[in-house]
Amino acid sequence: MRLFGLGLLALMAICSLFLGVADVAPGDVFRDAEARALIWESRLPRTLAAMLAGAGLAITGQIMQLLARNRFVEPMTAGAGQSAALGILVITLLVPGAPIWAKMVASSGAALVSSLGLMALIRPLPPTQPLLVPLVALVYGGVIGAVVTFVAYQGDMMQFLGVWLTGELSGVLRGRYELLWIAAIASAATFLIADRLTLLSLGEDTARTLGVNVGRITAAAIVAVSVVTALVVVTLGAIPFVGLVVPNLVVRMAGDNLRRALPLTALAGALIVLVADMLGRWIRAPYEVPVATTISVIGALIFLVLIRRGAARV
Amino acid sequence: MIEIEALHHSIGKAPILNGVDLVIPEGGMTALIGPNGAGKSTLLSLVARLRKIQSGHIRVAGHAVGQVSDQDLARVLAVMPQETRVSARLRVADLVSFGRYPWHRGRPGKADHAIVDRALERFSLDPLRERFLDEISGGQKQRAFAALAYAQDTPYLLLDEPLNNLDIAAARDLMRLMRELADEEGRTIVIVLHDINYAAAFADRLVVMKDGRIAAQGTPGDVITDTMIGEVFGTQAGVRMVDGRPVVIV
Repeated sequence: MRLFGLGLLALMAICSLFLGVADVAPGDVFRDAEARALIWESRLPRTLAAMLAGAGLAITGQIMQLLARNRFVEPMTAGAGQSAALGILVITLLVPGAPIWAKMVASSGAALVSSLGLMALIRPLPPTQPLLVPLVALVYGGVIGAVVTFVAYQGDMMQFLGVWLTGELSGVLRGRYELLWIAAIASAATFLIADRLTLLSLGEDTARTLGVNVGRITAAAIVAVSVVTALVVVTLGAIPFVGLVVPNLVVRMAGDNLRRALPLTALAGALIVLVADMLGRWIRAPYEVPVATTISVIGALIFLVLIRRGAARV
Repeated sequence: MIEIEALHHSIGKAPILNGVDLVIPEGGMTALIGPNGAGKSTLLSLVARLRKIQSGHIRVAGHAVGQVSDQDLARVLAVMPQETRVSARLRVADLVSFGRYPWHRGRPGKADHAIVDRALERFSLDPLRERFLDEISGGQKQRAFAALAYAQDTPYLLLDEPLNNLDIAAARDLMRLMRELADEEGRTIVIVLHDINYAAAFADRLVVMKDGRIAAQGTPGDVITDTMIGEVFGTQAGVRMVDGRPVVIV
């Protein structure tokens, strides 16, 4: 399963290198210095960015679902994504020439605060009403999104807002996506606490009786979720649905034992964002459809199928 | 030995425990019984450090609960909580193997696998080991959580109303297993039970609670009397001796 997935991902990644406005055939890499430069400066970074972002988003989606004990939430639409945009917006308004790391810190901080707020908000909800959590999360994200729009409108930044709220990869070049490696490291780091997170999914009481420091693990997980979400928003813009659909797909097959599930989740997330971006490049070439749009269509379809198939079980 | 001293606890403004002093000796099975709201589960969760102690002291095998780390206590004390409703989609074998977590902290060795296998076998879960928790019955799930606590391999085992939702066969099986653990492996088992007859049939000692206090303690034969049932539970159910042990006629 994993091998097949890795093979498919590698194949797609290679295809992605040769898909775009400028025609580059695989053979050109050896003959043509310009083709090599194009791949090195643009296509490869773009392909890597899609895979890194996809893997990170899928993993953080799974972790947030575990923390919320609910399968229908994901950070990008549950406030963390909007707050990350708010963080960038505010720092851009206050310090117009703010360097990229300042935006990263501001958006991560904002995402963190909003994730903590969401956790506090959904904690008292009764577990017998599983649909309340996604509803509250959606409203919460919507309210923060409205604040973002208001601030952007007041600051005459509406055009920039689109950049952060609609994720797309056409602007990815070498030197402009590397923050995503930090997101990838943060996602990979969650693998170190995978066992303890799985224990947490058995309930806080059970986790504590098995010697898990519940507070510390929850905090670490929320930080990872916030940082990854914020970095994706800073570099590419918001990409919804990945964090929702991929974990739901993986859980059906591999279950919630994160040590086993996380690699699959990362793989599937990378694959789905990469394929969505390739579709976006291909559908109405030479123009592009943002990856956030294609992924929303794909994601919504998959999710509808999942809900219909799983209705008897939820 | 579990030593409890001057334990007071309230939830909100409602006092739940009003000065509990209790010593549970090492070995054997001690059952906590009493009417609803007597404070049995609260007492158990305080011993299990699932709630913060407000006033009073609890020591388990010499470890002061509240001061010893969760991790250290996890090697002394296993708990089967009352609510085992879990949304996580885990396989039975994975669940039980997490009982070893306090010992291996993420790197299970051969000995850990052996104990997990033994737990699965002992609790008749072997045929279910690859099934997901949401694909087995409530009774099987209960058994899986009992096996998880067993695999933790601690000298003390606390169970909070483990017979909830179990039919008579499953309930008797579980109690018999606990009895075996006490007799064969010398574990100290503390169990909160609703059904006095199960307590009388399987436990060595009963601790009767009422209104957040210890109302009586001793062997089933000493404790279960018409008067106790009348005073503690407020109902007139007769007690008969059958095969040398008291049985409450309901």
